[in-house]
Amino acid sequence: LGLALYASNLCAMSGAAFLYHDYCVIGAGPAGLQAAYFLQRAGRDYIVFERSHAPGSFFALYPRHRKLISINKQYTGKSNSEFNLRHDWNSLLSHDRRLLFRRYSRDFFPNADTMVRYLEDFASLLKLRVQYNTAIIHVTLEKNEQAWNGHYFLLTDQDRKNYKCSSLLVAAGTWVPNVVNFPGSEYVEGYETVSINPEDFTGQTVLILGRGNSAFETAENILGVTNFIHMVSRSRVRLSWATHYVGDLRAINNGLLDTYQLKSLDGLLEGDLEDLAIVKDKKGKLHITLRFYLENRNISAGIDSITLPQDELDNFATRAPYDRVIRCLGWKFDFSIYNRSLRMMPGKGNIKKYPQIKPSYESRGTRGLFVLGTASHSVDFRKSAGGFIHGFRYTTRAVHRLLENRHHGVPWPSTVYPITQLTNSIIKRVNEASGLYQMFSVLADIILLRENATEFEYLEEYPIGVLAELEMQTGRKARNGLFVIIMEYGRNFSGADKDVFYYNRAVGEAQHAWQSNFLHPVIYYYKHLPTEREMRLRPPDWPLPRPNAIHHVVEDFLTDWTAPNAHILPLRRFLENCLGTDLRNFFAESCFLFAFTHQKLPPSCQQGYVRMQGLLGSQELRQHAVQAGLLQDYTHTDFSGDRPPDSHHGSQEHLRRDHGIPLRPLQHLVNAKDE
Amino acid sequence: MPAQKDRWVSSLVFLLFCASSIPKCGSASLQQEPSPQHYFSGLEAGKTSLAFFSPSVSPGAQPFLEHIESSAEALQDYGVSVVKVNCPKEDVSRYCGKENALRKAFLFRGNRLIRDFPTDALFDVNSIVANVLFALLFNEVKYVETLADLENIENVLKGKSNMVFAYVPATGTAEHRAVMEAAFVYGTIHQFVLTTEAALLKATSHDDPDVSSAWLLFCHCQQVTEPAQACRRTALAQPLTLLNIHRHLKLMGAPLVTEVAEDPEKISTVHLQLGLPLVFILSQKETYEADRRTAEFVAWQLLGKAGVALLSRDLVELNVLQRSNVALKTPDEGMPIQYLVLEDTDEVITLVEDKSKVKQIQEDEQEEEEDEDEKENNNQDIQDDQVVEAVSRDKKRELPLEQILVLTEENFHSSLSEAARTVVLFYASWEAVSLAVLRSYSEVAAHLQGTPGVLLSRVNCWDWPGLCSQENVTQFPTLRIYQGGQQSVTYGGMWGTEELSSFILLSQVSCPLKLATMDEAEGYLRGEFPSELPSHHHTSLLGVFSSATSKAREAFEEAGNILSGHVRMGMYFEDDALALSQKYSVSPPALLLARSGSQSVEGIALSQHSVQDMVQMIRYELLDIFPEITVPNLPQYLQLGKPFLILFSAGDISQVESKEMLKLAKGRPQQTFVVCWLNLKKTPVGYGILRTYFSTTPPLPLLLWVNLHAGGQVFKFPSEQSITEMNILSWLEQLQAGLEIPSSTLSEEDWKPPLPAYDFLQMMEPSVPELSPQPGASPAQHPPQNPGGDSAGGDSGSREEPSPESTAEAVGVPGRGLRGTAPRLAARDKPGRRHSEL
Repeated sequence: LGLALYASNLCAMSGAAFLYHDYCVIGAGPAGLQAAYFLQRAGRDYIVFERSHAPGSFFALYPRHRKLISINKQYTGKSNSEFNLRHDWNSLLSHDRRLLFRRYSRDFFPNADTMVRYLEDFASLLKLRVQYNTAIIHVTLEKNEQAWNGHYFLLTDQDRKNYKCSSLLVAAGTWVPNVVNFPGSEYVEGYETVSINPEDFTGQTVLILGRGNSAFETAENILGVTNFIHMVSRSRVRLSWATHYVGDLRAINNGLLDTYQLKSLDGLLEGDLEDLAIVKDKKGKLHITLRFYLENRNISAGIDSITLPQDELDNFATRAPYDRVIRCLGWKFDFSIYNRSLRMMPGKGNIKKYPQIKPSYESRGTRGLFVLGTASHSVDFRKSAGGFIHGFRYTTRAVHRLLENRHHGVPWPSTVYPITQLTNSIIKRVNEASGLYQMFSVLADIILLRENATEFEYLEEYPIGVLAELEMQTGRKARNGLFVIIMEYGRNFSGADKDVFYYNRAVGEAQHAWQSNFLHPVIYYYKHLPTEREMRLRPPDWPLPRPNAIHHVVEDFLTDWTAPNAHILPLRRFLENCLGTDLRNFFAESCFLFAFTHQKLPPSCQQGYVRMQGLLGSQELRQHAVQAGLLQDYTHTDFSGDRPPDSHHGSQEHLRRDHGIPLRPLQHLVNAKDE
Repeated sequence: MPAQKDRWVSSLVFLLFCASSIPKCGSASLQQEPSPQHYFSGLEAGKTSLAFFSPSVSPGAQPFLEHIESSAEALQDYGVSVVKVNCPKEDVSRYCGKENALRKAFLFRGNRLIRDFPTDALFDVNSIVANVLFALLFNEVKYVETLADLENIENVLKGKSNMVFAYVPATGTAEHRAVMEAAFVYGTIHQFVLTTEAALLKATSHDDPDVSSAWLLFCHCQQVTEPAQACRRTALAQPLTLLNIHRHLKLMGAPLVTEVAEDPEKISTVHLQLGLPLVFILSQKETYEADRRTAEFVAWQLLGKAGVALLSRDLVELNVLQRSNVALKTPDEGMPIQYLVLEDTDEVITLVEDKSKVKQIQEDEQEEEEDEDEKENNNQDIQDDQVVEAVSRDKKRELPLEQILVLTEENFHSSLSEAARTVVLFYASWEAVSLAVLRSYSEVAAHLQGTPGVLLSRVNCWDWPGLCSQENVTQFPTLRIYQGGQQSVTYGGMWGTEELSSFILLSQVSCPLKLATMDEAEGYLRGEFPSELPSHHHTSLLGVFSSATSKAREAFEEAGNILSGHVRMGMYFEDDALALSQKYSVSPPALLLARSGSQSVEGIALSQHSVQDMVQMIRYELLDIFPEITVPNLPQYLQLGKPFLILFSAGDISQVESKEMLKLAKGRPQQTFVVCWLNLKKTPVGYGILRTYFSTTPPLPLLLWVNLHAGGQVFKFPSEQSITEMNILSWLEQLQAGLEIPSSTLSEEDWKPPLPAYDFLQMMEPSVPELSPQPGASPAQHPPQNPGGDSAGGDSGSREEPSPESTAEAVGVPGRGLRGTAPRLAARDKPGRRHSEL
């Protein structure tokens, strides 16, 4: 803080032109507001810049047809608020229970206007510091050794007002529409402006470029009134229920797949848009041709002189002319406002619409610049939910925790438990934690073992991409081994071309848990924190390098992992074997016996009974334990003196149990051999 | 087991040493003789030597020379010296002159030549020793070529001595040597017969024998009285080595049936020493003859596999079933004797033979990795947590929870503020310990039903995680008493119905309770005031302060807050406080202590003023001088960190003993040990303790000294002495002086994982090749470690641990310790294999 004050003084001295804040957030969308919320709660000096007059300006326009495809589940049968967030994809994280999305809409797929209203309330109810009508048009750096990151961020808005910040959080989203340029692309309408009134499409033939949710949403809207719709894009359609990726085509929008497969005139085509060309005939109809045919032609000569594919191939698929061509190709990050010194570079390949960032969400080019929200989706593109509200609300919290540690010496929040609570703490989290569930394979709970493994420290929702830097990033020590708890889908289960409904797709046996297909908890055990090198050399498609031991909790139809024998017992055995100890619970009576017969006690006796918190257990429970053969009943034991003859049976039982003599030794051994 | 082996190996070596006719000391290396004359002149009568003559070092004899040099030491044990005689160039005598003599070795006894050996028959140490001994033991070891020869020898021996018949595939082999060496020792006792004829082997063994492996029979001809009767034969089941032959002959020489008249635990026979089990046939006077016959029959069947002893139950008192007729003692140390009820002798034999079969299987298992996993899984998925299992067996029973208010995020704060005092149990509905406590809690609710001012409630943290974390509940279960929705006291005691009820009741009264009048104070000490407090079984504690001692009073009040619910605490600081305290001959600040069940009031001066010290002091003062140890109160006494002098009693202890023990306890106010007693009727688990210490329950009452914290030795007060202060004190002195032998020692075992986990890493490897360590990975990954491999290393130890809940399975399925190692070895192998493929 002293530094900050000093820095702000410096600014004041150097010129009143700069308004200083420790944190500047660009964009008051869901991610910007979420970041603002955490900064506000931590009492940090921050400001959010929003170019529009209200938060969530993207949602004011998009989706064009106003139906959000993020689910808003009213009922789950549970009151657990953390669990319920697993099925609430719209709410931002806050302590205020008024700000739950289900209080705003009863629709399973709510209207986008509701989102705008929700975001407005979020900003105003929580009194977040948002400066509206401020479009940041330029960002540059000012070198300064005193600054947190060796430089300040200088921001300029549309009125040439300047702002200076130590840390810049970019939550500007991806809002620049993707366009393709090909001959005739001037005839193409964009998704951002196309009419959403189905009547405008009555009796028309429509070609849609693109194969994402916006393309299908557009098609869905006009499906009933058009002659037919064709859809063209380079890659085949990816269905989200086959890929477990919410960014792929959602079932709610896939009406066109139905009509295509039922041969009801609509259709899907694969082809490279770059090769495409559109020519308009005199009637205003649009014909599809290939750029190749236009190379040597003078377009102005008119349509008649242009070769169309059907001239050579008379069954060419898109030989029918179209009335309209609509482009629904998604959006990309606005790279234009960043000075070159910030080195904001687009990613490579299919993540080129996103800026390059590290798994810690920090820009690869500039220290102190973090990318939040949809623009940060390069970390888990086509894998997890980091590009969507229900995902980035957690990654934003993770970034905030990283910053708290880096700049304010506030270590990553953690709770210390005695080792007896190890199984419980994992079971609790995998059953209710929403961050682990939504950001599967990206955010992980970390258990840091203390010396001698008598205690452990529990850290929630740490980005596993930076596991190697854990000590530096969290301010916690990982010297005695650690567990990493994540959720995973089965490898090789899902994918665009996989049959996800095959028979016996679900595993039921705990011993085959590693073959689980659906989302299930996986626990990695490392004796030492993996190094950066080990992280880099991890197997492809693996979130983490080879652990010393691994445990899969078998997938569950109800995602309820509390079954004592199928879920908790194998987990306990795994933890026991990693730690080399016995984590069973014991009734006080057993601890009493151990105290007199053993020099060492099992952890549950040590940390419970000996500290006068033994579990005496009710009569019925002890009886059950005796019946299960796990507790011995000494009440009727009397070996001294004369034994009444009727106690024969009882003592024989004891004898047998004591010495472990099977009733029929021979048979027992034969059976064992047969196995 | 290895220790035992060592023992008899050394005895054998000793035996051999004694048997050697010339106890020659000094170096056992090759002797050098300058010339044949010199050598022959030095030959003593009766002294045996193996000599070879060499003119100079001939290159061809080089390997032979090496062998003969190394055999010098072995032959020395049998009194044979090995001599190399240098032939001078000009020597043309019998041994040096002839060319073929130089390619021979000569065995002399005295100066008489017994045999010469061509050097190519002496190809290694075994052949040298075997051939030399064979020549020397010409009379002791008969070589036979036909079955008739063998039968002749057998017939001659009947009624006189036993015969050892050995087949070796060839002479000069290691087996041949072993037979010869054994013959050297036992040759005078038994007649040794040797053959290399495969036909003889086939004639003497039952099934199709392997002619390439040696075979040894012990023929019991000595007992044969009738010439027509055949000698019983006992084959050696192990490979022919000197040790195995020795062991076999030793077993054959042992009495067929040993008669035993003492505690079988203390018995040791040659069988046990040799690592074989001992079968006891339990006999009674009435059935002695039949039992003796059974024993002999069984003994013949088990000859070489186990020993048989006849144990007379009339002479030895056994704490076992009357019906038991057989006992089995295994050579493994620490394994208790098993007492069995068996129907016929076959069962005895299968019992022993299958035991050894099991052992065999265990040894083989290291190789069989395949079926390992499946076998293991059978036990891995069986619940071995007594609490979890008990709760899940009880889950169908509906708990009577109507009396307990369900709190939620919505009504939590309003409910707390409405009632003056609310008891809240925070739990998780999926967690076993929580559910176990919830059961006790429902009993508490039934107990306290109708008690005014008590409101019991519960919060399920699985439903309301926000509420629980807001209330800072990080562990389940947690019990708190909220006062008017503000302050709260967290319960830190035993999770038992009685303890919880008492805490809830005691918490109703402020702690410490301010007493206004002398009468109230006196009534309080008598347990009569305040009336809502249950007076029984609680020690009343009264702090008496003068107005001047406000600092002590503040500390006392603070201590009261901490001890609230656990201790009955009162406080009196009126003007006549001095008068009150002086009644009990202390001056304020002071504590007055009225123990439950005792009429007297103790006065203790308060010198400590820090809250912590005061809490600790109060806790200490509340401990009994001679407590009855129970399951709930043991931890309080454990915390003292002192040894226990504990009297186990079958019921209430007698007046006399109680008085003596009390004297002992009171005699030394700063005891270095805890004097206590245990009522087995009330705390039956005490039987479990005694059984662990003594295997059976010794006569009661029983006084024990248990070093719970250091060393873990258990000493038993001599039962013939009466329990008096004097006797105990002198016994304790002996203990301190180290003159007593502990009866038992507490297990030092660590609490290892009871069973292995599923090794998913290993299972995944074949199908997920990218998982296996990469060649470029850091060396730390090589070799990849099996999950928990290190920790699993010690698990065999914990398996054997006789903890009550694991005993049944741990012993019932033997050798799990080894099973754990097999997959570990497999895991170590596999990546290696993959590497070579890469």
